[in-house]
Amino acid sequence: MRPVIALLLSASLALAACQREERDTRPQSALGSGERPTPVTTLEPGGQRPSPTDNKAASFEANAFHLSEGKRLFGWFNCSGCHANGGGGMGPALMDEKWIYGDSMESIHATIRDGRPNGMPSFRDKIPDDQIWELAAFVRSLSGNAPSSAAPSRNDDMMVHPSENRMPDAATLGKSP
Amino acid sequence: MKHRASIAFATAIALLLQGCAGWQSALDPKGPAASELAWLIWFFTGLCAVVWVLVMIALAMPLLMRSRLHADPLVLDAGADNRKLRVVMIAVGLTAVILVGLTLLSFFANRTLAAIGSDAALTIRVTGHQWWWEVRYEDATPSRILTTANEIHIPAGEPVRLLLTSTDVIHSFWVPSLSGKLDLIPGRMNVLDIKADKPGIYRGQCAEFCGAQHANMGTFIIAEPRAKFDAWWNDQLQPAAAPTSDEAKAGGELFLKRPCVMCHKIGGTPAGGTVAPDLTHVASRQTLAAGTLMMSRGNLATWIADPQGVKPGSHMPVVDLSGDELNAIVAYLEGLK
Repeated sequence: MRPVIALLLSASLALAACQREERDTRPQSALGSGERPTPVTTLEPGGQRPSPTDNKAASFEANAFHLSEGKRLFGWFNCSGCHANGGGGMGPALMDEKWIYGDSMESIHATIRDGRPNGMPSFRDKIPDDQIWELAAFVRSLSGNAPSSAAPSRNDDMMVHPSENRMPDAATLGKSP
Repeated sequence: MKHRASIAFATAIALLLQGCAGWQSALDPKGPAASELAWLIWFFTGLCAVVWVLVMIALAMPLLMRSRLHADPLVLDAGADNRKLRVVMIAVGLTAVILVGLTLLSFFANRTLAAIGSDAALTIRVTGHQWWWEVRYEDATPSRILTTANEIHIPAGEPVRLLLTSTDVIHSFWVPSLSGKLDLIPGRMNVLDIKADKPGIYRGQCAEFCGAQHANMGTFIIAEPRAKFDAWWNDQLQPAAAPTSDEAKAGGELFLKRPCVMCHKIGGTPAGGTVAPDLTHVASRQTLAAGTLMMSRGNLATWIADPQGVKPGSHMPVVDLSGDELNAIVAYLEGLK
């Protein structure tokens, strides 16, 4: 009897490896959040905007797949052209703890989708909505705002700064003097 | 009953052997490198088969001659022991000779492969991406440098030098009818020389597991006579054809307004993305998505409407387009000959 139980246990353990992460690559509405108005002013209560209706912040920000997709798109869409790998150039730095428009996923999503004054272009209709959420999640990981178990761990090319999963955790240590 | 089983067996073998011919087969060589390798494959297989049969006979003999070996084991027979020792020594010697011989054969075949491209006039840079091939024709005149995707046109009968690299993970370039495989490694440039003896289309396949769509990462080598190849190169250097119908014109504008423009390039328009296949002459190619779909208006629409259904996990995202917008973009792309 005992060997049978041991066999069943090891078989069920082995079968657990067949579980694969579900990746939602076919969103219902690819440009989903078009109903939101474009901002015409920077004056918003608390620098924040109310969250959009199809909020993907919660499911995207701790998901390793979406974070690494965000990292890939950050390179593909030449975000570094202005933000220089997160260190800042023409555009503000993304790896410090300063946020002009708030540090929430929703604010970053709105920034990418609708643009901001002084240079940030609007990517509405140019980037599918899910990819904007992925970029927003990755931008947060640049400053240690993503769980290190999910943040990207390596670059496909030259490493310009320590990988995102080695950033100090923003909630505890990430305060610069 | 036995007769029927043997007919079934023969049919199955015949069907299997069908796989050895055609546009993607190492046993149906169409170039000097592949011929060299095919000869090696047959010679190794033949020689090893002979050795295997001899070993099997040597193993079977004691079983069949059991009665003669039933002598009293306690009686010493120096003559028999010496004979056995001699047989074993001869077998060891033969094994050593065969192994060294095969090593030398493989070494000289490699020398032949390395010499194929020593006078190559054409250099093509092939970059592996998940999951497609970027193809760049090098030329001393910068305006003649050509970038395309997934289809590699070469002049037949001339050696061509391929520089292989990758931007993401390790891929491997393998066109069995023309040459052996060679890896595309990020941060490294590997050199592979190929030559097609006759004009034709030879299929290639990524041969190093590179992710979800590894199986759908095909390429085509299209060997043509030199004059036809030069004409093709000149055609490909032209900017994209201007759309003629109203629908195609609308499609061209939509292409620039929608996510297409973020990744793809169309020469002669503001679309200049370099992270996805160059679409300047996309309709002149025979397949879509690295050999996944044949080129047609219907397949273009399928690929744009549901890339994640055709090639799940590929980096082509699902883009929200209305039916009319999709039709317009397809009409535009269809005209990019």
